[in-house]
Amino acid sequence: MADAKWPKAGDRSLIGKRISRLDGPEKVTGSAQYAYDVNLPGLLYAKLVTSAHAKGKIIAIDLSDAESSSGVKAVWKDEGMVGGEIRYVGQVLGAVAAETEEQATEAALKVNVDYEVQQPQVVDSDSQFATGRESKRESGDIEAGLKEADVVAEGKYGLPVITHCCLEPHGQTAEVRDGELYIWPSTQNVSRYADGMDDAVGIPRSKTHVDCQYMGGGFGSKFGSDKWGTLCSQLAKETGRPVKLLLDRNIELMIAGNRPSAYGEFKVGIKNDGTITAFQANVWGTGGVGGYGMRWLPYIYEKIPHTLVTTRGIRTNRGGQRAWRAPAHPQCALLTMSALEDAAAKIKMDALEFFRHNIQLTDKPDVYLEELEIAADLIGYKEKSHLRGEGTPGSVKRGLGISLHRWGGLGHPSECDLSINPDGSVTAEIGTQDLGTGARTVIAIVVGETLGLPIEAITVRIGRNSYPASGASGGSTTVGGTSTASRLASTSALNELLKIVAPHLGVSADALEAKQGVIREINQPTNAIQWTDACSLLGTNTLVKRGVNDRNESRAKGFIDSNVGGVQIADVSVDTETGIVTMNQMVAVQDCGLIIDMKTAESQVFGALIMGITSALYEEALYDAETGVMLNADMEFYRLAGIKDIGNLKVHMMTGKKYEDRGVIGLGEPPVISPAAAISNAVANACGVRVPYLPLTPDRVLDALEKGGIA
Amino acid sequence: MKSFEYSAPNTIEEAIESLGNRWGETEIMAGGTDLVTSLKQRITAPQRVVSLKNISTLREIHESSDLIQIGAMTTLADLSNHSTIQKHFPSLVEAARSISSPQILNAGTLGGDLCQRPRCWYFRNGYGLLAQNGGKSLIPAGDNRYHAIFGNDGPAYFVSASSLGPPLIALGASVSVVGADGKSRQIALDDFFRIPKSESERETSLKPNEILTAIHIPLSGLNNSVYEIRHRHGLDWPYATAAVAFKLSGSKASDVRIVLGHVAPTPWLASKAGKSLEGAEVTMSSAAHCAQSATQGAKTLSGNAYKVPMVKTSVKRAILIAAGIQMKG
Repeated sequence: MADAKWPKAGDRSLIGKRISRLDGPEKVTGSAQYAYDVNLPGLLYAKLVTSAHAKGKIIAIDLSDAESSSGVKAVWKDEGMVGGEIRYVGQVLGAVAAETEEQATEAALKVNVDYEVQQPQVVDSDSQFATGRESKRESGDIEAGLKEADVVAEGKYGLPVITHCCLEPHGQTAEVRDGELYIWPSTQNVSRYADGMDDAVGIPRSKTHVDCQYMGGGFGSKFGSDKWGTLCSQLAKETGRPVKLLLDRNIELMIAGNRPSAYGEFKVGIKNDGTITAFQANVWGTGGVGGYGMRWLPYIYEKIPHTLVTTRGIRTNRGGQRAWRAPAHPQCALLTMSALEDAAAKIKMDALEFFRHNIQLTDKPDVYLEELEIAADLIGYKEKSHLRGEGTPGSVKRGLGISLHRWGGLGHPSECDLSINPDGSVTAEIGTQDLGTGARTVIAIVVGETLGLPIEAITVRIGRNSYPASGASGGSTTVGGTSTASRLASTSALNELLKIVAPHLGVSADALEAKQGVIREINQPTNAIQWTDACSLLGTNTLVKRGVNDRNESRAKGFIDSNVGGVQIADVSVDTETGIVTMNQMVAVQDCGLIIDMKTAESQVFGALIMGITSALYEEALYDAETGVMLNADMEFYRLAGIKDIGNLKVHMMTGKKYEDRGVIGLGEPPVISPAAAISNAVANACGVRVPYLPLTPDRVLDALEKGGIA
Repeated sequence: MKSFEYSAPNTIEEAIESLGNRWGETEIMAGGTDLVTSLKQRITAPQRVVSLKNISTLREIHESSDLIQIGAMTTLADLSNHSTIQKHFPSLVEAARSISSPQILNAGTLGGDLCQRPRCWYFRNGYGLLAQNGGKSLIPAGDNRYHAIFGNDGPAYFVSASSLGPPLIALGASVSVVGADGKSRQIALDDFFRIPKSESERETSLKPNEILTAIHIPLSGLNNSVYEIRHRHGLDWPYATAAVAFKLSGSKASDVRIVLGHVAPTPWLASKAGKSLEGAEVTMSSAAHCAQSATQGAKTLSGNAYKVPMVKTSVKRAILIAAGIQMKG
């Protein structure tokens, strides 16, 4: 009988190899169909009617001009909003559906909204607006800790609100046919996307069909159907025609989620030998109209004996925050790593030496020490490093910066049906989704590995809520959940097949294994039967087995685990005459347990580095204080890094028994946590002065240089 | 975007006839890289769009011994690949290529670059060219990090978005404009750009029913260069640019013209800086001195003081590049 336990290093034929993602060709050639690509006969286009003001009241919404606008088939307004409060620009007030996208846009502009406008509050960088309830956490005695220190480094650091900026906006195409609702959304949560839509639309969940085969990014912002999704379904029902509603880019950036800002004043107590004694932080920021929390301070060095951290939120008239890839971690990493590195610089201690010296203050010193050493080697730390500001002469300065991070990543609950057909074909069905990360490929690898088949032999069906339920892809939980469920399902199906095959090979099922396309006797591999011949023994019956990932059980059995560590080092150049920061190189060393596909794992880290570099150098949601309008709700001044901006990226994944024995651990979030912190430290190391606030735009760099007396 | 009538005439005369005499009624389309976005953003909602793409004479390039005449519909890609331009005007090649996007280089035109509307985010968010809300400019108290530090006495605070304007002015270029009467007139490019005084004006001296047809650049043997400071290495708007042109005799500079980009509502002629280099030997220190004088008269707003050191750096580096002096560091 086959054992479901992950195979040992020497026994793996597919797991851990470099395998290209299965849907790469579809994506590259454009044949992959995304929500926007779903075109059905009679399709209508819907557009949202949104608030033009950030604060105030709605006095009236008049639809008459929109109703008579050409091509319009349905107009809807949110009656509940009449007399209601406006809290941010872009708030949904209604929707129109028309024959063409242009007609829908035109009609939406003709919905006349009468406002009573009030002065909005969008400023988040000033602590005077922090009126939310204070959350306070402390350990030890902060005053004693600061007194114990030889040096106390003080600093202010911060990073602004940024958006998810998914290349594919939020939204869906929907159709009601024969009383059943069909939805093609862009979602991170196929199995439960339609939750809550049944009441609003009046079609039960059992008659609601969700289909998302490909999606262009979610990063934590696409777990639900949202008001616009429900509206789209309602309009489809009302008109009896399919309706497409995806957000325009400006609205996408304003209302479809953002990452909270974090600003703070810090004190770090440090002894002359580099030992950290105390960490004090007073932090504030905004999640727009959403809640606020910065839980992970101090970050990584959480065993600093004396700490006092207070945080307060600022309510602003901006769209609400949503989970953004590793919620609160990138912010806490930037704040902590900047404060710690500034303390090291103050006593003229090398940053690498400093982070190592204090490694016992972290929860996994051995992992971090190993990773720091590898990262330092890969970046050429010994040759390139220098103390802060003591680099080469000339106007362009080069520097290195370090950051450490951690994440959970325990696989989510997930189920998988594995079918072995009499013709030898194999199908895995899971109600999961592929965010572009390689979920399909991972499932095929696991099933192929288990059944001794090449991945081409496996049909993977995902992206529908009719398949066995799987969790939302959030928190780096998908790879653990789907790999375990598909491993359990395929092992169980294989064992059933082995029982059928055993009499034909004259041995017991226990003596058999499935390898290289055959089922064979373990001790006498020549006693074998081809896979397809074995499957033909099923007669007319398809063998179907379900695998269920129960988090606790799977963790106890070593299928999955949580809590990984990573180290990143950035190498930057700063032109001190222009303030432009250029990425030379970035190294990421990452632990994530047993790696199913080395190639997609590395790709995940590359993507995270690029996203992190973008947040370090470019991204910021900018709002006008007087009008509350987002000024850069476009991809022109909401800048993202391009290929020329990212420098040379190196990724090293931790492998070997120590890591692999832990089982599978998610990788989506961890590598995106450190880039900004490492880059900010590298800029400080290069030019000799801390640029306190991200993004590291030339104006901020020049300002910091001038204040530091350097420019 | 609002529905409109589309016209693509074959001759300049027909095109002129198709144009209305009030701004906004009709719009001219060259490459469309700005216009199409503007239509989508509702910056303009004309009844008719007049495309110049079928007028082949507008894509011609003519050369004589002392002049090159470039049709306004010449694409930026064709401009930067033209051998005479490459030989004499590295500043134009650099300015065009700095736009970086192959799509824009292939579709965008020289005339379009000069006539494109500003990128001011208040303008693009529907507050009009002068960014006014209730009769008051939003810019002095608003987010003006990308706004003007020269020519910003108001009511205009935006910066000219043109990439080719500054180097062309430095080279002493002029433009041909055909008016409603069908007659062509020639204007120095420096005079072509205007700072609007009211919402009903635009950023050039073109009238609504006039067409920019050609750009003339004297072949006068000037050393020339442009230096852009921008954040992304790919497609991005510069924070500041400097274009310089001068005659170099031995190591001495004469006929110096220094023109700044992205710091004023028009390309900005830094005459004092030009004078400070006139007759001087071009060295690291004279370039730095000249660069310093290029910042004279700058009036910063609440969020754009950083543009002053950028002007200094871009002028200094542009001079050194034009003179072929290696920069250190």
